[in-house]
Amino acid sequence: MKFQIPIGPQHPALKEPIGLRITVEGEIIRDADLRLGYNHRGLEKLAEQKTWIQNIYLAERICGICSHSHTTCYVQGVEKLMELEPPKRGLYIRTLVAELERVHSHLLWLGVAGHEAGFDSFFMYTWRDREIVMDILETITGNRVHYGINTIGGVRRDLDEMQVKHILDSLEILRKRSEYYRNLGTTEPSFVARLAGVGYLSPEDAVALCAVGPTLRASGIARDVRKDDPYAVYEEVPFEVCTADTCDVLGRAVVRIKELFQSYNIIEYLLKNLPAGPIAVRAPRRAKPNEVVSRYEAPRGENIHYIKSNGTDKPERLKVRAPTLANYAATIKMLKNGFIADVPLIFAAIDPCICCAERAVSVVDARSGEEKIIPMNTLKQLSQKISYGKEKKRVAEWPL
Amino acid sequence: MLNKLVHWSRLKSPWILHLNTGACNACDIEVVAALTPRFDVERFGILLKATPRHADVIICTGPATRQMKDRLIRIYEQTPDPKFVIAVGACAMSGCVYRGAYNVIGGIDQVIPVDVYVPGCPVRPDAVIDGVVKLLNKLKG
Repeated sequence: MKFQIPIGPQHPALKEPIGLRITVEGEIIRDADLRLGYNHRGLEKLAEQKTWIQNIYLAERICGICSHSHTTCYVQGVEKLMELEPPKRGLYIRTLVAELERVHSHLLWLGVAGHEAGFDSFFMYTWRDREIVMDILETITGNRVHYGINTIGGVRRDLDEMQVKHILDSLEILRKRSEYYRNLGTTEPSFVARLAGVGYLSPEDAVALCAVGPTLRASGIARDVRKDDPYAVYEEVPFEVCTADTCDVLGRAVVRIKELFQSYNIIEYLLKNLPAGPIAVRAPRRAKPNEVVSRYEAPRGENIHYIKSNGTDKPERLKVRAPTLANYAATIKMLKNGFIADVPLIFAAIDPCICCAERAVSVVDARSGEEKIIPMNTLKQLSQKISYGKEKKRVAEWPL
Repeated sequence: MLNKLVHWSRLKSPWILHLNTGACNACDIEVVAALTPRFDVERFGILLKATPRHADVIICTGPATRQMKDRLIRIYEQTPDPKFVIAVGACAMSGCVYRGAYNVIGGIDQVIPVDVYVPGCPVRPDAVIDGVVKLLNKLKG
């Protein structure tokens, strides 16, 4: 006997609107299906109406947690189109903010994982310490969440001695606290028992389903854009790619805690080796007709922006492939043959950022259940073909 | 007498529902941050509830997308009276940067009535608390 359970779009276990349709046999999940589009805003189309500089502001608002990831990815691409070379100090500051963002995102995730596992004091602890990172970000960029520090050709704000000292002092506190979380997360019996073995994803599946970021690395595959295709100043910075081989939610937690320590080391290195000089170069208003793909390792995984220019001061096309979208296929795999009670935990383990991922429009034929993705102009033709010559119906047919 | 008691308890412990109607997550994490130890709205009796049926106050973040519109109305109708809506962030007020996008209707007030607007992109947790306190003062008066 199979049942279908709809979860979402507004559901206690989910922080953002997304629909999950789960087919269960008793307690066991046999099949899962995702319903997207609740958060779709039409951002890519909007980007075509704005200038290169205005689009930085827009790219930042693709997502609030990885806002710096999207702007950096976008700005890197545009710099390639405009053939600009940002100064070293600018790149150092850009990388510094990127790593601080990774720290805040991973602390946030640890808290959410603790919350989903029923360990609410862990949630409160990590979010308390996350405020330290938010304070750092606020002092160096002027805002807590949308930093607005990137500009085409460099960054907008410089660091001074006081800020460097403030960051280094705060890092000491964060290191100490993270050490505590590492011990707690890996030795606390009830926490480990809740996470271990949940949401298994084998290394073969992880590669086949194109998982990215900590989800992939927790399956024992050391892939990281920062190492494989270094951007900004990652070539000069010593760090390791963290992996775990347990292939479950515990592994994903361990990878993220390990990455916290790597990020602290990177931040310290960047601050101690900060070169002097200008922070930005002047950017032209137009870019030559060309196209570029820009990659960036966001806290959740690989972020890809495809940008096409046509010689004007606006992009012809901006395509965003956010890491969460790449992880959806793997999530379905992880959910299968698990328990209903594990759904929030498994789903939270990919660190879903739904607002990032809401790009494609898919059309579902509710009568046959057939689902396909149709390009916009085909959709237009289709609607014209259907409505042509017919009188307009006022009342919709049920079920639609 | 009973009315007085109800009024008093409503003021002392407003339960909130956090609803994302298409926000970029920035306001959402700031709303959640308001619940954590640094800001800690629980000291005012404010508790985050998971379902609209338990909530008094709906905190909406983000512009209303076309896909969420019907769900937003449904959630509003599920909330028991008296209910209040706080629009958090510039998007929930007017649509902010997404204004003009094909899938965005505009602010939350295009769909459901709003009592308090909290500006900011994103709002600070302090501003969320300020918004809730303003709502409570409005209830008192």
